[in-house]
Amino acid sequence: MTTLETRDLTIRFGGHVAVNKVSCVFRPGELTAIVGPNGAGKTTYFNLISGQLRASEGRVLFDGNDLTDLSAPLRTRAGLGRAFQLTNLFPNLSVEENVRLAVQARSGVHYDMLRPWRTRRDLIARADEILDSVALGNRRDVAATVLSHGDQRKLEVALMMALEPKVFMFDEPTAGMSVDEVPVVLDLIARLKKDTSKIILLVEHKMDVVRSLADRIIVLHNGQLVADGKPEEVIASPIVQEAYLGIAPPRSAA
Amino acid sequence: MMILSGDRPRSRILNVLLLVIVVALAVTPFVFPGAKAMNVATKICVFAALVASYDLLLGYTGTVSFAHTLFYGIGSYAIAIALYAMGPTWTAVATGIVIGLPLAALLALGIGLFSLRVEAIFFAMITLAVASAFLVLASQLSWLTGGEDGRSFTLPELLRPGTVFISKDWFGVPVNGRTLTYYIVFIASAAMILALLRVVNSPFGRVLQAIRENRFRAEALGFRTVFHLTYANCLAAVVAASAGVLNALWLRYAGPDTSLSFAIMLDILLMVVIGGMGTIYGAIVGAAVFILAQNYLQALMGVASTAAADAGLPVLPGLLHPDRWLLWLGLLFIASVYFFPTGIVGRLRELARKSPR
Repeated sequence: MTTLETRDLTIRFGGHVAVNKVSCVFRPGELTAIVGPNGAGKTTYFNLISGQLRASEGRVLFDGNDLTDLSAPLRTRAGLGRAFQLTNLFPNLSVEENVRLAVQARSGVHYDMLRPWRTRRDLIARADEILDSVALGNRRDVAATVLSHGDQRKLEVALMMALEPKVFMFDEPTAGMSVDEVPVVLDLIARLKKDTSKIILLVEHKMDVVRSLADRIIVLHNGQLVADGKPEEVIASPIVQEAYLGIAPPRSAA
Repeated sequence: MMILSGDRPRSRILNVLLLVIVVALAVTPFVFPGAKAMNVATKICVFAALVASYDLLLGYTGTVSFAHTLFYGIGSYAIAIALYAMGPTWTAVATGIVIGLPLAALLALGIGLFSLRVEAIFFAMITLAVASAFLVLASQLSWLTGGEDGRSFTLPELLRPGTVFISKDWFGVPVNGRTLTYYIVFIASAAMILALLRVVNSPFGRVLQAIRENRFRAEALGFRTVFHLTYANCLAAVVAASAGVLNALWLRYAGPDTSLSFAIMLDILLMVVIGGMGTIYGAIVGAAVFILAQNYLQALMGVASTAAADAGLPVLPGLLHPDRWLLWLGLLFIASVYFFPTGIVGRLRELARKSPR
């Protein structure tokens, strides 16, 4: 079975341990929500898995392969898809072009310099299909930078969808979205969940979202894994009550 | 042009402008056969290709390189040294090309793999250092490069002015080896620009733009950007070296001042900015405008100054005196960058977008 595993994953920034020996196994068909207060190390943990940061210690294993020493692009090619917390797009390229690039990457078209890109109608058609699925089909010709915040978040998710990864990593996909925009993204995640071959990781603050989508919750606190289990158990556990309601945690890189 | 890449000029004025430039360059040997006009036309052709290759780096990938003259110089010197050492044969021309272009590509590969991994400023500094080193080498290794004097050489028989193909009676001007050399430069430059246009509109070219926009995200999509940047760097180097070959063939000479100096680097930068970055077409317009101004502004000012003096106007004759031409050239550039921050091509496209079709 294809699993994603982190083994004693650790990163230090100077003396500060942002992620501290986190060991966890993620299985297909399971949506795991990662919760914890600000600065708990959730995004850093994501960065260690998808390769934007290199671990100080520990390993990332996926599908029987050790990804720890691979760069971010190679981890993406191995099947890890990432949607970023802070919107991370190609601002002056059109919405369609943003997605088309992701489709192109997915199709392994990296160094083809002899054909005009317009002749690859298959890539363009696929990009349009994905844009329609996130309700951005009518904005495909505008530059990404002129989209509303909510639409940019949707485009961010569309880029990950275009990669057709085996692991979907959503980092607060609905952050800053208006109330009427949230359902589009939640529906999308719910649809993804139906495909039981996918591993889905979700960093999310909104507890109602977590409750409705998650099969499992893990809790990070000060860089450590402090709870792991079924949603109702974890939410009720004293450690979560303390982590969410307790004293303000020390500030660190999110 | 559109057939090859599907990337149109996207502005009617730009269409006309490009057509005028290309047609003017194509008929120069017959319409303006004077030595100066021919030199200017050749320089426009060579620099259009050179600037287009620089645009591939600066405009499309956002990489700032100061080593472009280095590759231009390698091409120039390769052909000059080969023809100087081996005599005026076609074998020598071929040897120069076969050594020069791969050498440029190899050096670009080395610089790229070594320094494109890290921050852009580091790459810019490395290129500056390597370019300076080469400039010093070229002027010190006198036995090879001729030092500060450079290398003059003789062209193969076919390309010499003495070789007349069609006598003066037919067109009013003789069609000779010089004409042939001009058309080799013209066609080779045009071919390189069209090839670059094709590359920037390929799937690879689109990735280059993605890297310029957001390298971090391009990596996260699975593109190993250091390779894209390195390939672009190599490609630009080969085109620059080819432009160097053409320029040396025309001048029958290669020296530090005509091929390696930082003044040329500065000219390239100005041309790409004036023409419009990230357009390729901008290279043609930028080179034409810049080189025409460089060569004819002085004469134009002389006429204007005399006219003003004849009209009895105060101050103006002094201000327009031909000796002040650099001042006016500078002011022209400041004005053009200030009013057209996206270059001439960028500005024309904005205008075309605004006007109803």
